[in-house]
Amino acid sequence: MRSPKTGARAGRAGAAPYLFLAPAMALFTLFMALPIGYTIYLSLRRTKVSGLGLGKGARTEVFAGLANYAAAVGDGELWAGWLRVLGYGALVLALMLGLALVFALMLDAAHVRLARLTRISIFLPYAVPGVAATLMWGFLYLPSLSPFGEHPFLSADLVTFSMANVAVWGGTGFNMLVLYTNLRAVPREYYEAARIDGASELGIALRVKIPILVPSIILTTVFSVIATVQVFTEPTTLRPLTNTISSTWSPLMKVYRDAFVTGDLYSAAATSMVIAGISLVLSFGFLRIVKNRAFGEG
Amino acid sequence: MAATALPRTRGHARRAPRRPLGIVPTGVLVLGAIYTLFPVSWVVVAATKSKAELFSTSTFAPGTGLLSNLTDLFAYRDGVFWLWLLNTLLYAGGGAVLSTAVSTVSGYALATYDFPGRNLIFNILIGGILVPSVVLAIPQYLLFSKAGLADTYWSVLLPQILHPYSIYLARIYARAAIPGSLLEAGRLDGASEWRLFRQVALPMMTPGMVTIFLFQFVAIWNNFLLPFIMLGDDHRFPLTVGLYTLLAAGANQPSLYNLIITGTLLSLIPLIALFLTMQRYWRTDLSGGAVKS
Repeated sequence: MRSPKTGARAGRAGAAPYLFLAPAMALFTLFMALPIGYTIYLSLRRTKVSGLGLGKGARTEVFAGLANYAAAVGDGELWAGWLRVLGYGALVLALMLGLALVFALMLDAAHVRLARLTRISIFLPYAVPGVAATLMWGFLYLPSLSPFGEHPFLSADLVTFSMANVAVWGGTGFNMLVLYTNLRAVPREYYEAARIDGASELGIALRVKIPILVPSIILTTVFSVIATVQVFTEPTTLRPLTNTISSTWSPLMKVYRDAFVTGDLYSAAATSMVIAGISLVLSFGFLRIVKNRAFGEG
Repeated sequence: MAATALPRTRGHARRAPRRPLGIVPTGVLVLGAIYTLFPVSWVVVAATKSKAELFSTSTFAPGTGLLSNLTDLFAYRDGVFWLWLLNTLLYAGGGAVLSTAVSTVSGYALATYDFPGRNLIFNILIGGILVPSVVLAIPQYLLFSKAGLADTYWSVLLPQILHPYSIYLARIYARAAIPGSLLEAGRLDGASEWRLFRQVALPMMTPGMVTIFLFQFVAIWNNFLLPFIMLGDDHRFPLTVGLYTLLAAGANQPSLYNLIITGTLLSLIPLIALFLTMQRYWRTDLSGGAVKS
């Protein structure tokens, strides 16, 4: 992987690279390291109420150990949120990445018309904010406006599917483009050999192209998992249109409610650390894959 | 680009004995395009309908209310919608410019210098990809509050400058675009490191910078969580938060639906325009199309 040129191109220039990296490191310290540290700190604290909790000094902040984490892990509401997001996420991942893969393969097929037009159209939702996408679909789901008739899209039974549709609509194009870009980078001769051997286009797609795409598929999957675990915008935006989405529908919505509605920062901090932990576990594979594949030279 | 290259590179495949698959891929892609264009075309049509037409005429029949919808929207709360649009431009434009600048110098340094701690710094910066925004947004709000900066433009602008994935892209691009020999030649000529960056590297990195700018612009334009948490005063809202509050206020009043629909349409236009005009810069792979082994 390491190209022979890298040795020659690597300069030794004293302080220069550190100065070039100073802005990024300063931003990292202020807006990443510090907030993370603060979250960890808060997650280990709690409010202690002495006496009746009245008057100045009656409420003090004390060390809580892992009590907030224990509460977060034992919180039925949070688990219900995880289950909802698990179902929603499985739907979104399967449909979004499945469609993205199919579209990428179709775009790369030997005989295809309108490829440019359809590629741009399918990628277009990437330029649509999640709030706007949810608003559009939300109105289309309303029985009074829906062109699909009186289906109860926002009922308790269907709301997960309806929400998954918004995410699939918004995310398919980007993932398609990642996979398609990867396919375009493969020299055409690669497929010619298979064609000469008598392989059909379908056979080439299944047995040559998909194996080539596996690392990209894993990568897009892990990015999508990270995004899905944190789902917030779509359910929050859809909530005013239906009473089937609770204020704690997703784990992140519960964190928001704890922090800003209930005012319990400490449990919000612990819960967000739990969400972060789950994301990290899920994306650990990603780091290893990415390190081996793309950063291997580093 | 890619599409124009298709007929030539694949022309000889036509002689292959089997060629019946053209209908399948084209058909599937057209279905996909109809699915993605459907809600957008609906919102375009719905925005032309008056209050009465919205609930009475057939879904894709254009209405007569576009002008009155626009007038109503711009009159809403003394024209706060304009402010939301301008704020969004400021957050997305300013944030993306700063983010591109930081990512470019960082990517350049990581790609072209060999220095102690390079891998450590790279791993620390890139590790940020994995940090969920929730772990950051709430403590960022608390810290901004302590500094007296919550509910200001800075509170939305500053946290979105550092973007790990852009640094990663800039590094890939710098590696692919800048020949090390050119930097060496410049050094032999006695150019300073800053001058090498400004006059040799920067022009070569420009196409990659445009791509990074675009992705970051869209990411900030579309962001909802951070401004939703940081801001309280609706005069500083971006469109996403503004539209949400419009919906939250109007969900039970069908008479406000026209405003929300028109506002949604207007929030799409700038981004879609940018998207269509900058087609060739929308790339997810910045290594110059080279096959990575």
